[in-house]
Amino acid sequence: MDVQTLTYLFVGGSFALYIGIAVWSRATSTEEFYIAGGHVHPIANGMATAADWMSAASFISMAGIIAFMGYDGTVYLMGWTGGYVLLALLLAPYLRKFGEFTVPDFIGSRYYSNTARVVAVISLILISFTYVAGQMRGVGIVFSNFLDVPIDVGVAIGMAVVFMYAVLGGMKGITYTQVAQYCVMIFAYLVPAIFISMLITGIPIPQLGLGAEVADGSGLTVLDKLDSTLVELGFGPYTDGNKATIDVFAITLALMIGTAGLPHVIVRFFTVPKVSDARKSAGYALLFIAVLYTTAPAVGAFARLNFVDTVQGRQYSTIDSWFKNWERVGLIGWLDKNNDGIIQYAPGAPFEGAPRFSNDPGPSGERKVLNVPTTNSNEVYVDRDIMVLANPEIAGLPDWVIALVAAGALAAALSTAAGLLLVISTSISHDLLKKTMAKGLSDRQELLYARISAATAIAIAGYLGINPPGFVTQVVAFAFGLAAASLFPAILMGIFSKGMNREGAIAGMVVGLVFTFGYIFYFKFVAPADNNAEHWWFGISPEGIGALGAVFNFSVAFVVSRFGKPVPSEVEAMVENIRIPKSTPPESTLASTTN
Amino acid sequence: MTILGEPMENDNNKNYWRANLKVSAILLIIWFTVSFGFGILLVEPLNQIAFFGFKLGFWWAQQGAIFVFVILIFVYARIMKHIDRKFGVQDEED
Repeated sequence: MDVQTLTYLFVGGSFALYIGIAVWSRATSTEEFYIAGGHVHPIANGMATAADWMSAASFISMAGIIAFMGYDGTVYLMGWTGGYVLLALLLAPYLRKFGEFTVPDFIGSRYYSNTARVVAVISLILISFTYVAGQMRGVGIVFSNFLDVPIDVGVAIGMAVVFMYAVLGGMKGITYTQVAQYCVMIFAYLVPAIFISMLITGIPIPQLGLGAEVADGSGLTVLDKLDSTLVELGFGPYTDGNKATIDVFAITLALMIGTAGLPHVIVRFFTVPKVSDARKSAGYALLFIAVLYTTAPAVGAFARLNFVDTVQGRQYSTIDSWFKNWERVGLIGWLDKNNDGIIQYAPGAPFEGAPRFSNDPGPSGERKVLNVPTTNSNEVYVDRDIMVLANPEIAGLPDWVIALVAAGALAAALSTAAGLLLVISTSISHDLLKKTMAKGLSDRQELLYARISAATAIAIAGYLGINPPGFVTQVVAFAFGLAAASLFPAILMGIFSKGMNREGAIAGMVVGLVFTFGYIFYFKFVAPADNNAEHWWFGISPEGIGALGAVFNFSVAFVVSRFGKPVPSEVEAMVENIRIPKSTPPESTLASTTN
Repeated sequence: MTILGEPMENDNNKNYWRANLKVSAILLIIWFTVSFGFGILLVEPLNQIAFFGFKLGFWWAQQGAIFVFVILIFVYARIMKHIDRKFGVQDEED
């Protein structure tokens, strides 16, 4: 069987599995739709959280980014895992004890204010749509590259599958599908990583392979060889960074607190039965995530090594077929600057922007690039997103591994998209309609509205996937920055500062949100030419500015809260109650709420 | 808010909360040290040390910190279960 047939088989098989689970776990009440009835086992929830969390960015893009950034890729590795420690220690157990459906629910009740609830809904929707557009684009890329299906048909198929289990099954359907998707995804990630680790170092565990000697008789370790190879070509060493320490610090911090503040992750901890389960479940979630995240740096390093080996100094006419395959879809471009027919790989962009191709082939038979060349000697354009997808081909692995990677990438994108769509629809049907605009809704009506908003959200997400705004990758910084600067501080203060009142919290959220949004917007859209360390505040890039936004949020909240009215006693009692795992409220709480 | 006969339970809850904060603070200090400390601020001096084929700072940044994160959460869940019981505020057993 050829690669394409195998891919159809793997992708079709996994889709059939997801739909089967959706039909089996159909939701019948709002509680099942929003939080899977609160009966999910902590290990199952851990897997579901891991699948929910690890998106197309983690699966497809991250190792490629690390491959080309070296040490600087650390910001993603630590930033996207360290947040779980904050989540487990500072948020998840208390929010589980609070025991409602959504993040805006907590903010609205804790700050006894529908304004606070609506501010939370706005940041939730901004964060989630930004994120979901990226997932749908990932689905489109996989379909168009592996199955030769046009991107819009691919996105439409993806939408239909998500529709099946998100709209029918709600959180219950999503949870059990995500468990299956985690298994598919992690298998698909590990198999090629193990193969490649074996090929390069002879050691089957990629985490150890990264530190091992290259099996070419040179006696060099993988990282030493990578450092010396890159330095020879004029790059900086792989294990050193280019970014300033303060920026690495700020980006890592922003990603960590952003992760802890992401609504679709937080809401997963509402689905377990008990407070102690929420703590444990966060541990399992991170354990399952860490399997992929500690493999990724190895995949990145191996990929870079293989890439340089198979490309640098090769005659184009003898280049491996993977190079031409990805050139055909426009994610690799070669511009023969010195007309010698040999590929030269060096630092710097070969030309400005993404490649534009001529219809006529160039002298060596390559797709002729029309862009104006830059003055450096690099001739190769490569989209970082292809490294994970192309890795098995570059290493010459069997066809079924390539097919498996396609199914894994789709699992990663779809599981995250479903989780995001669910929090969007929940915040609309529950927080905007039921709790704010149409208070008399019955459970059945609310469920219907939840399904309608899920369907609408899927349609919008699909539209964004087919017509991706040119700035999808640019705005990912938005999602984390906004979560870091708005939701995380508000929730944290709601639990740990009993005296934090409505006025302080709202002022803090608005300042954090506006500052972070404004800073990113300015550097990405208003003055992109100024987007460099010289113009950044304290040398912090837009990716890391959420950390500063969070600091502003905390400071403003504390100052303003001094001038606001004190917190009502029943809210104080609620805070005392969520701090205690025991489910029967202590009598003092009962007494004060009835007063 | 204090009603007759309740200060005892309130004190217990306060002490429980204090114990919880202490555990969380210690674990967060470790969290900060391995990630921002070893992986970012001290990465250059640590990189002078070789560690199983890695430079030590680089290893902390790309592998070590993540392992410690996982351990920290399980340790937290374990210790808190113990503290919950000690103060009699545990959620019901299954």
